[in-house]
Amino acid sequence: MSAPAIRVQGLSKKFVLHNQGGAELPVLEHVDLEVAPGECVVLDGPSGSGKSTLLKCLYANYRANTGTVHIREGDTETELGSATPRELLRLRRDTVGYVSQFLRVIPRVPALDIVAEPLVDDAGDDPEKVREAQRLAKNLLLRLRIPQRLWFVPPATFSGGEQQRINIARSFIKPRPILLLDEPTASLDADNRVTVVSLINEARERGAAIVGIFHDARVRDSVATHVVNMTRPL
Amino acid sequence: MDSPILRASGITRTYGARTAVDDVSFELWPGEVLAVVGESGSGKSTLLNCVSARLKPDAGKVEFLTRHEGVVDVHAMSEAARRLLARTDWGYVHQNAAEGLRMDVSAGANVGERLMALGERHYGRIRSEASDWLTRVEMDAGRIDESPRNFSGGMRQRLQIARNLVTRPRLVFMDEPTSGLDVSVQAKLLDLLRSLTRKYSLAAVLVTHDLAVARLLAHRLMVMKAGRVVETGLTDQVLDDPQHPYTQLLVSSVLQP
Repeated sequence: MSAPAIRVQGLSKKFVLHNQGGAELPVLEHVDLEVAPGECVVLDGPSGSGKSTLLKCLYANYRANTGTVHIREGDTETELGSATPRELLRLRRDTVGYVSQFLRVIPRVPALDIVAEPLVDDAGDDPEKVREAQRLAKNLLLRLRIPQRLWFVPPATFSGGEQQRINIARSFIKPRPILLLDEPTASLDADNRVTVVSLINEARERGAAIVGIFHDARVRDSVATHVVNMTRPL
Repeated sequence: MDSPILRASGITRTYGARTAVDDVSFELWPGEVLAVVGESGSGKSTLLNCVSARLKPDAGKVEFLTRHEGVVDVHAMSEAARRLLARTDWGYVHQNAAEGLRMDVSAGANVGERLMALGERHYGRIRSEASDWLTRVEMDAGRIDESPRNFSGGMRQRLQIARNLVTRPRLVFMDEPTSGLDVSVQAKLLDLLRSLTRKYSLAAVLVTHDLAVARLLAHRLMVMKAGRVVETGLTDQVLDDPQHPYTQLLVSSVLQP
């Protein structure tokens, strides 16, 4: 058993709405979780039980009130709450990928470039690496059944399912050691769901530590190595 | 490479009895875009002027990591050295392009001027470099001899950006670079700025009141209110999980199209 890639201890998160009379919404209370490389932990539970909030805390998108989240890279661990913004940016670039339900469209950037961007950013001035990034992006788009006529079009006008597949391709193109998946299959047809399940399982088999939320029971059963049940705090 | 390119410490600036900027500190790393947001009068423009050495703060220090001479205190430099820095290793993009351009000379001369500040005298090279930069900011290089007066607001803004980037600065200050433009022009310009900052690993301090602009361009966000920084973090942290009452108000006040 290798050391956990993600280690969550006593994590609590509440939202304080200052402009609503300081109302407090507790969402997570004392959550503990460990995920090892090669594991896929599925978060299960009713709406409002904090599944997405937990995932966002693992990505440092939400800041925890108490508790710690440690992310391991090789022999070093970084605690998200005490990391500098620069460390967090680097962690996201190299180690932690996050697939949300929605694509945040960048005006005017074509689908292919959006998908290739994580690798192109790393390529610097090396034209060979840029070409390789584009080749990998095309492969993923083919695999996810995005018609070629859409590759050079910005995805703003794409359907929800197409946008979601662009988002998935962008997140899977770089083999990061940790993947956080928030309903990546929500608006996909059966064929594409199967493809995404394969992508997830391939990532796990190469040793990625994965935490995901899937409402579709078939998807959940075909990717999960563990299921964690979450309940709403009282 | 592993040190900040810009460090502002304890910047304070008062106008009479009013404190416009009150004890603001931050660090900026190479390749990093920092957005400063806040409403009018929050002190964000005064802060930008202080860190870009256009205005002397009453207290505090601004340090810049130069290419060859290590860290310099920009307000302690000679006027000449500071001007040279501003014309070569720094860029400054004004909200109103006319303030950052010379309106009486051609587009090409506007871009070439900063090259001449670096000692370039060869007319052919200056002209081809200027033409190259017009293309990079997606302008028609065939208009190189026209006056910026003939240009639309969006084109003037592109020209101003080309004029700034031609010397390959490592740090660019931007004051509301896209406000005042039509929405469609704004989107193109934002995309251009986004790709240029990434391509050339530019560090930038961006002042904006538009949270969507900050979301698109900035790695980090600093929220100012009444001269003070009330919240800072990664852009998505501050926008998705705002902690301070003022940031929450700011984020919840934005219309979602």
